[in-house]
Amino acid sequence: MTIEIKTATLSTIRNTYEHTRRRFGDKPASRYQEASYDIAPENNFHYRPLWEPEKFLNDKTRTAIVMEDWYVYKDPRQFYYGTYVQARAKLQEVAEANYSFFAKRKLADGLSDEIKEHVTRCLLPLRHMELAANMNNLSGCAYGTATVLTQAFLYNGMDRLGIAQYLSRIGLLLDGNSGASLATAKDYWMTDPVWQGVRRYAENSLVVRDWFELFVAQNVVMDTLVYDLFYRQYDKKLSAEGGADIAMLTEFMQEWYRDSCRWVDSVLKTTAAESDANRELLVQWVDAYREKAAVDLAPVAEIAAGEDAMAEALAALDKRLQKSGVISRAAAA
Amino acid sequence: MTATKLNLKDRYRLLTRDLDWEYSYQNRKDVFPMEEFEGIKITDWSKWEDPFRLTMDAYWKYQAEKEKKLYAIFDAFAQNNGQQNVKDARYVNAIKLFLTGVSPLEYQAYNGFAHVGRQFGGVGARVACQMQSLDELRHVQTQIHAMSHYNKHFDGFQDFAHMHDRVWYLSVPKSFFDDARSAGPFEFMVAIGFSFEYVLTNLLFVPFMSGAAYNGDMATVTFGFSAQSDEARHMTLGLEIIKFLLEQHPDNVPIVQRWINKWFWRGTRMLALVSMMMDYMLPNRVMSWKEAWEVYFEEAGGALFKDLARYGIEMPAYAGTAIAEKEHLSHQTWSIFYNYTHAAAFHTWMPDEREMDWLSEKYPNTFDKYYRPRFEHWREMERAGERFYNPTLPMLCQTCQIPMGFTEMNDPTLVSYRQSVYKGERFNFCSDGCKDIFDHEPEKYVQSWLPVHQIYQGNCGGADVETVLKDYYKMNLGVDNMDYRGSPDEQRWKQWHNLQSAEDKLKKAS
Repeated sequence: MTIEIKTATLSTIRNTYEHTRRRFGDKPASRYQEASYDIAPENNFHYRPLWEPEKFLNDKTRTAIVMEDWYVYKDPRQFYYGTYVQARAKLQEVAEANYSFFAKRKLADGLSDEIKEHVTRCLLPLRHMELAANMNNLSGCAYGTATVLTQAFLYNGMDRLGIAQYLSRIGLLLDGNSGASLATAKDYWMTDPVWQGVRRYAENSLVVRDWFELFVAQNVVMDTLVYDLFYRQYDKKLSAEGGADIAMLTEFMQEWYRDSCRWVDSVLKTTAAESDANRELLVQWVDAYREKAAVDLAPVAEIAAGEDAMAEALAALDKRLQKSGVISRAAAA
Repeated sequence: MTATKLNLKDRYRLLTRDLDWEYSYQNRKDVFPMEEFEGIKITDWSKWEDPFRLTMDAYWKYQAEKEKKLYAIFDAFAQNNGQQNVKDARYVNAIKLFLTGVSPLEYQAYNGFAHVGRQFGGVGARVACQMQSLDELRHVQTQIHAMSHYNKHFDGFQDFAHMHDRVWYLSVPKSFFDDARSAGPFEFMVAIGFSFEYVLTNLLFVPFMSGAAYNGDMATVTFGFSAQSDEARHMTLGLEIIKFLLEQHPDNVPIVQRWINKWFWRGTRMLALVSMMMDYMLPNRVMSWKEAWEVYFEEAGGALFKDLARYGIEMPAYAGTAIAEKEHLSHQTWSIFYNYTHAAAFHTWMPDEREMDWLSEKYPNTFDKYYRPRFEHWREMERAGERFYNPTLPMLCQTCQIPMGFTEMNDPTLVSYRQSVYKGERFNFCSDGCKDIFDHEPEKYVQSWLPVHQIYQGNCGGADVETVLKDYYKMNLGVDNMDYRGSPDEQRWKQWHNLQSAEDKLKKAS
């Protein structure tokens, strides 16, 4: 027996909006589809931007990448605002429990001064790199094309701000909220020779105008290397050396990275599959940034995770690129 | 070690402001290249007061809770066919106007705040703008979802984004936002953050939501409530940007004043659409446009500008004209749309006797004198089977792009008409305000994509209006457009409620 509530059924006059019907056929569309496809302004812009008079607003030529249809992308996570904030709220809840546990049990007291100093030097300066990542993803949102991409850039950008804030909170847990560890970490970022390459890479990325090139420089090359070096290799090393409790505080970054990779890989793959010209451009960018990042990250990689760390991270990057159909010539050589 | 307690301000500083650093490998000006060309002088970004101190973890948490509740209501609304509970189906035309005219502006705000959220040199301002960008994305997407169910039961919602880029009356809101986004980052903030989100929000966003509340539209009003705390944040950001600009350098004051003048006038012109919505499209009226204007602009706006006087800021130019217009705006705008309903993706109608009486009562100085006789005449024509549609294409104002139908305020029978000549070409305006805006930046406004000009120039897929409407606008003719009476919307509504139209009764009787 089942309970059956009788409701008045009204026949509908259409299944979905026209923009989703044209693209996906005459059937009910998902919320992701209705809110992500073909809703950005595309035509009849009234005025040229005073800040870039040679282009239109929402101009598709703000990158050298060319797509016949910019809406061929699909976020495998199907994030629109509602699903995005709910996914992050879940991660946040776990992180909050971890941070509270760490504070309540005073786990900082159990860490040696060497470990604390090491974390301050090797992990905390990354909060500044995350701010650059935030800005670079905002460029993708502001100057990119098609909501399927631009919204994901914004989510990614805000995630990076969130990660910078979690990293800062690690500092505050270590220094008892004095902010001293953050000041020391910033000092390292500004003056420590092992960090100068990373800072240079970050600052150089902030003047890049092609938003897709920025995506490669930041989300593909830099992030793959940084997240492998610091949130996998360094994490492992810390755990082995008595700093396992720190791992509790970087779980968010690890989970987030896994999630973000799904989107980043799908963008790479779709773009490379579109045309040889796109693939060639991606390879050029990847090669150029891979080479720079390998040099720029090497000093801090070594002090953080050992002398083989950089090679391991580069191998992770190459594997990832290969899977997406973008093969770096440097890796192939 | 015992952890000391951090106050909210210090904590927020460490978690946000302190993430920034002084560049040494690149020039700051190359990282933020758009900060100087407008003439605005920023001497010290650190003086920026964070309007709200929300870290991302808290943002995700609060917003996710709000979304969960909101979507539960949307689901219940669809499951129970909540669209049957609106006061009457004429109401639905108000939210057609909203989805085609306002929701795409939320999209543009999402774009615009992402742009300034990248370009501002101060990290505090940048982050606040980024959060607003994210909120604006929320608003456009939740509005699409709120109205998704209406779209399945009413005509005129189905191609909102396509129409926003093309349809003549939608070029009014579109050009408004294009104007703001194509301006420099500081003008954008004065235009949207301050003038639009702070000074005029109670006259734009709120009347639609109140209209939903008064007319049984649970999906839209729930969205409205859910967006309230976002809007509150946006208002504090709008106020902070003004105070910050004015405090940074005295040279900023005249620039900001000119922007306030411009965007106040641009905004009031766009509000013409809201005025007719409030006075004519809501079966259950919330308040008259005139009352809303008095409460939200004359009183609240008056107090605001009194407060800003200490910076040397005055009431916007042409506030006097706008105040005089409150007696006429909605009637003149509704007349325009009644005339051109065959070219619009929503229905219009003549108010019934009870509604005319309400208008007489709310507008004792003008309605009976200037508008009632005209409306009664149109009603007579309709009864005689000759519902009036204006077959010509109207001339549009070069700045606000509204058809030239507004009158002089000292003579409501005389259409207001202004002209400027730029590089040997003549341009037409509906008002002194619009002419001034053009005269200050003619090279910008000569670019306006005026829908009527574009049709005449053959850029809209055909020479005759019907082809343009059908193929270029993608309107379903005889379905989306024309008078509400006799529309498929009306027929369905009557079917749901077992109502018979007067005509049907007559037919059956004969």
